[in-house]
Amino acid sequence: MSAPGSPRLVRDVVETVTGFARTLRHSGVHASPDRVQAMVRAIGELDVLDPSHVYWSGRLTLCASHDDVARYDAAFAAFFAGEAPRQVRTSGQPRQRLLASASLGIDNADGDDSGEQPPDLAVAASGEEILRHRDIGQLTPAEREQLQRLFALLIPNPPLRRSRRRTPASRGTVHVARTVRRALHNGGEIVSMSRRTARKRPRRVVALLDVSGSMSPYADALMRFAHALTRAHAGTEVFTLGTRLTRVTREMRLRDPDKALTASGAAIPDWSGGTRLGEVLKAFLDRWGQRGVARGAVVILASDGWERGDPDLLAEQMSRLHRLAHRVIWVNPHKGRTGYEPLTRGMTAALPYVDSFVSGHSLAAFEELAKEIADA
Amino acid sequence: MGAWHARYVSAGTSWSSPEQLREALEATGYLADEGIATAAYLALAMGRPLFTEGEAGVGKTALATSVAEATGRPLYRLQCYEGLEASQALYDWDFPRQMLHLRAAEAAGLTDDPDKLEASLYDRRFLVARPLLQALEDSPSVLLIDEIDRADDEFEAFLLEMLSDFTISIPEIGTIRAITPPLVVLTSNRTREVHDALKRRCLYHWLDHPTYDREVAILRTRLPQITAQLAADVARATGRLRQADLLKPPGVAEAMDWATALHVLGAREIDPERAAATLGAVLKYREDGDRVKTLGLSALLSG
Repeated sequence: MSAPGSPRLVRDVVETVTGFARTLRHSGVHASPDRVQAMVRAIGELDVLDPSHVYWSGRLTLCASHDDVARYDAAFAAFFAGEAPRQVRTSGQPRQRLLASASLGIDNADGDDSGEQPPDLAVAASGEEILRHRDIGQLTPAEREQLQRLFALLIPNPPLRRSRRRTPASRGTVHVARTVRRALHNGGEIVSMSRRTARKRPRRVVALLDVSGSMSPYADALMRFAHALTRAHAGTEVFTLGTRLTRVTREMRLRDPDKALTASGAAIPDWSGGTRLGEVLKAFLDRWGQRGVARGAVVILASDGWERGDPDLLAEQMSRLHRLAHRVIWVNPHKGRTGYEPLTRGMTAALPYVDSFVSGHSLAAFEELAKEIADA
Repeated sequence: MGAWHARYVSAGTSWSSPEQLREALEATGYLADEGIATAAYLALAMGRPLFTEGEAGVGKTALATSVAEATGRPLYRLQCYEGLEASQALYDWDFPRQMLHLRAAEAAGLTDDPDKLEASLYDRRFLVARPLLQALEDSPSVLLIDEIDRADDEFEAFLLEMLSDFTISIPEIGTIRAITPPLVVLTSNRTREVHDALKRRCLYHWLDHPTYDREVAILRTRLPQITAQLAADVARATGRLRQADLLKPPGVAEAMDWATALHVLGAREIDPERAAATLGAVLKYREDGDRVKTLGLSALLSG
């Protein structure tokens, strides 16, 4: 199929499409070269002078998900209305820096001891074993850095479930096709029965992390734990909760924990803001959970239960979550403190729907959490 | 591309624009908007699979059946589920028949040439074709791979070879290739994210709920027995239900069920009493029903 028009026009089309793809990439759509090629081909099949044909040929080939569609619409309007492709990401930059500082504990509300102690002294004083049990919220930047290295060694085992897919085994139901196939090798004599049994598959783990201000001393550790989970098992989904819901699964898949955390930080617009747990949980269940993400999954909800919204809504959504999920594990860093009682309004509302309530204030507590997940 | 395009025209489906395809789909009772028509047109013209996503009941599956009807191609449907295996999706050997054949050959004393005997065992007649192979052999066809998100990622890997060059390799026979690539429509309800490698080979289309006017038209076309007033009422009420923050917003399929239910009860237009009695056709969660009752049914139905 030859593209319409003169060679000059063809070159213009390719140039324009490439320029548009660049704009699109800046707005966060992964318009890979093969997709761009597909768009050029699609335009060749349609009328290049008809704006709606151009719109649809791009939307059908360059987008890969519903989230892409809105970004595509914005980029299309901007590009073809005559605005030159901009080096966007300007709004992303300050957030990135915010996370970098948050992960070092400089901006934290309770991190007031950070600047005062000389870092190298702190490293010398704290042995690895003591560090494992220390409350993450009260660490110096240097201790934090050492702890981050320990986090990298944490490899959580995914929980398992019986799959519908079956695998040859020495016991189980008879595998007729295999038995007969083997019999054919022996001239039609059935010498032995082949059997098969259900295979074990990793159960999905969903991490919902509260990144509001009251959780900020622990957010970095939680994100690192979520990263370790994502690395250990590809089906893991990670969301952050604050004043809104953000899916950071894609960012968390980056191999390097620091890069993954920086990328996630850039994606989270409500870092260290307030919490509206009930509403955000509802958004999660509507958009993702009920469709299948939470179905039969092990859901980890990390929050201190400070709810600014309506606790009844939270209770309602927790009961929904509990009905969908295989197991709901609530991680509350404050639980590790002596004399802690779950008295916050959000926590009291949610507790009836929680299968296990654990602390997540130290590396040792995270190791316990990892075990809790593997046994779920 | 050029040679293939000639075959595509000779197959009798020579639409030269999405608009013409839209008209052909309309003749089968499927009212496509510009996006759907362009998506289907490009999928046919470029020989690329079409990956459709959207809420349940917006007409993803119906698109495949209508394109099959409009093009006069046979439709092959593969419903996905977890644990779906190649032997259920691609092909399987008919082992019992092979065994019988072997026994019959023995009885007739034809076992002196083992190579020939073995070759006769892997003959095409002992191969059971499943939907994917059927779609390639019965070319040109429409292949609907429904709810791909329900299958596991092992199955997606099976699909990659088939979707990129429309061939299936069978070790004992060889490679089976479609003369004309089938139109492949994949649907997903987004219960999980499908792998990028699969999406990259496809055109992507997100289906939205139809606009009010289009929904009225769909109801009138699909349900010619209902009154124009009832169609308009149901479309308006369904549109409002979609805005009402429900657990499961109703799709076009639910709107059609609702209109049918009202029609069966003898309604010529919507009224609160009959609407309350038939609400189960459009809302599938108890919480949603309760919510609509507290919001007030009459507000929902008012013109």
